[in-house]
Amino acid sequence: MTDETASAPSRRDLLSLIGAVAGSAAAYHAMTCLGFASESGYRGPIKLEGDPKGASVLILGAGLAGMTAALELRKAGYKVQILEFNSRPGGRNWTLRGGDTFTELGGATQTCEFEQGLYINPGPWRIPYHHHAVLDYCKRLNVALEPFIQLNHNALLHGSKAFGGKPQRIREIKTDFQGSVSELLAKVTQQGKLDETVSKEDKEILLQALKSWGALDNNYAYKANLISADFRGFAKDPGGGLNAAPKPGDPIALSDILKSRMWRYLQNFALHEFQTTMFQPVGGMDMIGKAFAREVGDVIRYDSRVTQVQQNDRGVTVTYIDTKNPAAPIEAKADWCVCTIPLSILSQLPLDVGARMKAAIDAVPYVSSVKVGLQFKRRFWEEDEAIYGGISYTDLPIRQIAYPNTGFNRSGRGVLLGAYLFEGANAYEFTSLSPAERVARAVDYGAQLHPQYRSEFENGVAVAWHRVPFTLGCAGNWTDQTRAEHYDNLCQIDGRIVLAGEHASYLPAWQEGAILSSLDAITRLHERVVKT
Amino acid sequence: MKFSAASTLFLLLSPLAAHAQSAAHFSPAYRFTEQSGEQLFVNICQGCHMPDARGAVGAGTYPSLAENRNLLSGGYPVYVVVRGQRAMPPFAAMMSDDQVAAVVNYLRTHFGNDYKDVVTAEDVKVARP
Repeated sequence: MTDETASAPSRRDLLSLIGAVAGSAAAYHAMTCLGFASESGYRGPIKLEGDPKGASVLILGAGLAGMTAALELRKAGYKVQILEFNSRPGGRNWTLRGGDTFTELGGATQTCEFEQGLYINPGPWRIPYHHHAVLDYCKRLNVALEPFIQLNHNALLHGSKAFGGKPQRIREIKTDFQGSVSELLAKVTQQGKLDETVSKEDKEILLQALKSWGALDNNYAYKANLISADFRGFAKDPGGGLNAAPKPGDPIALSDILKSRMWRYLQNFALHEFQTTMFQPVGGMDMIGKAFAREVGDVIRYDSRVTQVQQNDRGVTVTYIDTKNPAAPIEAKADWCVCTIPLSILSQLPLDVGARMKAAIDAVPYVSSVKVGLQFKRRFWEEDEAIYGGISYTDLPIRQIAYPNTGFNRSGRGVLLGAYLFEGANAYEFTSLSPAERVARAVDYGAQLHPQYRSEFENGVAVAWHRVPFTLGCAGNWTDQTRAEHYDNLCQIDGRIVLAGEHASYLPAWQEGAILSSLDAITRLHERVVKT
Repeated sequence: MKFSAASTLFLLLSPLAAHAQSAAHFSPAYRFTEQSGEQLFVNICQGCHMPDARGAVGAGTYPSLAENRNLLSGGYPVYVVVRGQRAMPPFAAMMSDDQVAAVVNYLRTHFGNDYKDVVTAEDVKVARP
């Protein structure tokens, strides 16, 4: 892909360059490049000032990026139309409920057999508190939110070769690891081994802090007593009346925790993107896509498979096929185009853009990811194990079991996420199985954490993102090297075309990235339109 | 072969194993542990290119690898597997030279492909980024 890059810049390249260095959008864009990677740069509702004088914009894709563009551009006075491959809005913002059917690439069709009201989100499923754009659109579009529980202290950590395969409670591993590390640090502090780096005054405070943070006793020891039990939980919980005194359990030895490798999982509760409070829409993630569609559904043309994108000095022509009536290709024309088609698909289309953008489109492989939803006769994780929401982590190929964060403490059926794989060998291996076999494997492995699976399992659905017809993969998989070489070229306006979507963001695979990318793209597009 | 021993252990431990009989293999870490060309194809390639290697069509296309003239030169599929192509992920970090050679040789002699020359691990080594 080195052709043309050495030649003089085309008029189109120059236009892109000017667009990039002018206006507030450029400043915002530069900011997102400078290390604000995980924190959203959203600064409140977008203001597109100036008259577009009846200009039209054709938007490709009715996911969150495309519908954000449609909503805001129409509000600013543009004529907008969206072409969408699926028969529904939302794209990867998607929920599977009882009665829904899904046909994956290769032709296997699954009908979700969940009871009414139960669902899984095959794509995005959680919203960090600092994804300000998603949260603001939820507020503006009246999408009700509820907590998504990332850390449940009573959920499980499981290593197939650790502790004889017996799952451990997160509260025990977390507290015991913290306690043992505190004890060690207190010991070397007292021995004076930190005197060169810790002042005499700080040393006393450090010891107090370690005692407080690590649940140490007055001798700075971490052991089985009611101090540690107050953190890790009790062998016998405190009760009322006679024989009610609490009993502490025995902490797990540091060496056992280290060898178990279970400390690896603790970062899932520490990373900024997973910190509390996280949210989910009440009723399923697709409530967001549906809310957007209430605003812009009238301009979406569904069942439209784009086959070609052309442009010249006067406008953009997109050729598409009606998948329900594929007889003849249809043409749609507009002055400008916001294209949110995933790069996995866009890289295969005849697309009238310069060599640099084309090279960028071709440079991004797509992540392998699999989710499996399982319905059980009863919520045994709550009834038997007091696990209310949250996630258990395992080194088995299923990686995670996530419990529903809604409908707590009800009797009757429940659906949990029985596998969530993201990259690594197992994601590909799971994808290569038939849907029924993915479900069977998820049940098989999950039974190692919850033996109740064997008697309580009813049915399941499995979505492998490389088999999803509308994306051919989960999300764009950038490396530092490909970003350095191609990212800016991907995001520049090329003539009359600008790209948007999670792939054009520093928040890959997050809905926030899709929306922020769209807002940035239409801001720059609007500046250009108003100037011409 | 300690990895297949490990997966056998899972099956023995689980009464549900009877529901999940197949050639499926799950590698214990980031890298693939399948060794034969057929095993690599069945557990990885067919995820996108399908069990009959004929690919699939949705909003985009997974190309058919069956009766594929692009496999004429063994260097081309080696390059694509190692470095990826467009949305296809690169597998350089997940497969050894021997594994890449094995799966390319399998492809070039199955699914209506009948190329007699053999790709070697050395061919893969020089194609790595």
